[in-house]
Amino acid sequence: MEKVIKVQDLTIGYGTLTVLDKVNFHVEKSEIFGILGGSGCGKSTLLKHLTGLYLPFEGDVQIFGQSIINCEDDERRTLMRKFGVTYQGGALFGSMTVAENIALPLQEFTDKSAEEIKQIIKEKLAMVDLEGCGPMMPSELSGGMRKRAGLARAMALNPSLLFFDEPSAGLDPITSAELDRLIKRLRDDLGTTIVIVTHELDSVFSVTDRVIMLDKNIKGIAADGSAQNLRDRSENSWVREFLSRAGMKFTN
Amino acid sequence: MSDLEKTSTRTGLGKSIEEFGDVSRSFYTDLRVVLMFIGDITRISGHLIRHPQKMRWNDVFYYMNLCGSQALPIVAMICLLMGLIMGFQGAVLLRTYGAELYIVDLVGFTILKEMGPLMVAMISTGRAGSAFAAEIGTMKINEEISALATMGIEPSRMLVIPKLLAMIVVIPLLTVFGAVCGILGGFLVGSGLMGIPAAAYYNRTVQVLTLSAFNIGIIKSLVFAVIISLVGCFRGFQASADAQGVGRATTSSVVVSIFLIVVADALMAVLCYVLGY
Ligand SMILES: Nc1ncnc2c1ncn2[C@@H]1O[C@H](COP(=O)(O)OP(=O)(O)O)[C@@H](O)[C@H]1O
Ligand SMILES: [Mg+2]
Repeated sequence: MEKVIKVQDLTIGYGTLTVLDKVNFHVEKSEIFGILGGSGCGKSTLLKHLTGLYLPFEGDVQIFGQSIINCEDDERRTLMRKFGVTYQGGALFGSMTVAENIALPLQEFTDKSAEEIKQIIKEKLAMVDLEGCGPMMPSELSGGMRKRAGLARAMALNPSLLFFDEPSAGLDPITSAELDRLIKRLRDDLGTTIVIVTHELDSVFSVTDRVIMLDKNIKGIAADGSAQNLRDRSENSWVREFLSRAGMKFTN
Repeated sequence: MSDLEKTSTRTGLGKSIEEFGDVSRSFYTDLRVVLMFIGDITRISGHLIRHPQKMRWNDVFYYMNLCGSQALPIVAMICLLMGLIMGFQGAVLLRTYGAELYIVDLVGFTILKEMGPLMVAMISTGRAGSAFAAEIGTMKINEEISALATMGIEPSRMLVIPKLLAMIVVIPLLTVFGAVCGILGGFLVGSGLMGIPAAAYYNRTVQVLTLSAFNIGIIKSLVFAVIISLVGCFRGFQASADAQGVGRATTSSVVVSIFLIVVADALMAVLCYVLGY
């Protein structure tokens, strides 16, 4: 299997605080990969390092076989255009309409005409069930709609790799399930590789193929495998507990 | 490895300005971050001069309107009042010497070279600089800055350069406008209170106001425009992600900006004196 992301001996943190110490894992092509763990174990921090927003203390992250750590700023930006990231609150640019948000990467990085861009916006909005919301401002959207609009923007350049930070946080169960279906459809229809940070057990079991569980105490990966497998057969009792309903209250 | 080198650094925009905002560190580190930010802006400006089609012109016009056109009433008001105040102050003194006409020199020079640029800079710090800090700070909290960066767009190209360019254009224009209003204020006192004929006031104004005084005012306003925009944006990027973060960033942008404006003004006053202007 082709490895889309390869993480080697990655040590990350802030200042003198080490959040994760020498972690190793990889993500395969067309896989839905979950990053799980309790509050404050470093899920968001890891995601920021995977997407090249921060440089680690040590180690390397390779995306599509290219290091996002050991490269020039220009090269990093070029690599960043090949994947999409959706943020917890959608991170739409508040001064632009939804359509302008989606148009931004297209205007910046392609030579497409205004007509073509319009077509793409329409297509992407349809994909996330937001037909007709193009002229709306982000402040006029609900939380779930903002996330979906953020996803439409992340997909503007047709990336083959998507990152999600807590896609279901703050959503009602029905909206959250819809988003899960959308994520699954992206992978099934387009073969997109998807990395999800989540603590929502429903999503974990319904969408992920494989997960890693981060543990604050060991500053590393406590378990690696399919969520069902880990819940039923992990040697680590904390992992089993976390993934069973009883563990819910320990998550954020 | 020292602690400093071990710090997880942000890529892209001035590398690490955000973290350094959260954790206050040595003066040396802060200075390094500021210099990196300025270096970043300089590099991107250079790039944009060579590729002007990459400039977000709509944003530039938006900020020119926000920081320029919309500031006209308040600038007119304050500069007119400054002219009036200076006129009144001067009137009392000059009358005792029978040198009423010198009110023109007093008000004209002071407004053009000193008070005009300074007042416009103060107003713009309160209106524009604080708005820049709040806007960028809010964007940071909403992860919009991260979203920009992971799109492969340099946040400073999107967010700083249009503001900087707009300010460099509108602040000198506002300053000229403010100077005219200030001189009008002086004229109201001169002709209304002291009985100087309008024609005499006008002639004297044209006669005494030199090109070099005008140039000094413009140069000052350019320096102030750069200070206000960069401090506002920089503080915005540094905003910490808690509820008070944006508020603190905004307050700090105003305080730092006013401080730097006054320091720059003093330095330029010394420079002008040394150069004999
Ligand atoms: N900007 C920051 N500066 C310093 N420490 C941070 C920062 N962001 C997060 N941390 C710390 O890093 C650890 C991991 O945080 P995070 O990655 O946000 O956890 P999670 O997303 O798993 O809840 C926490 O202990 C948190 O306090
Ligand atoms: Mg988190």
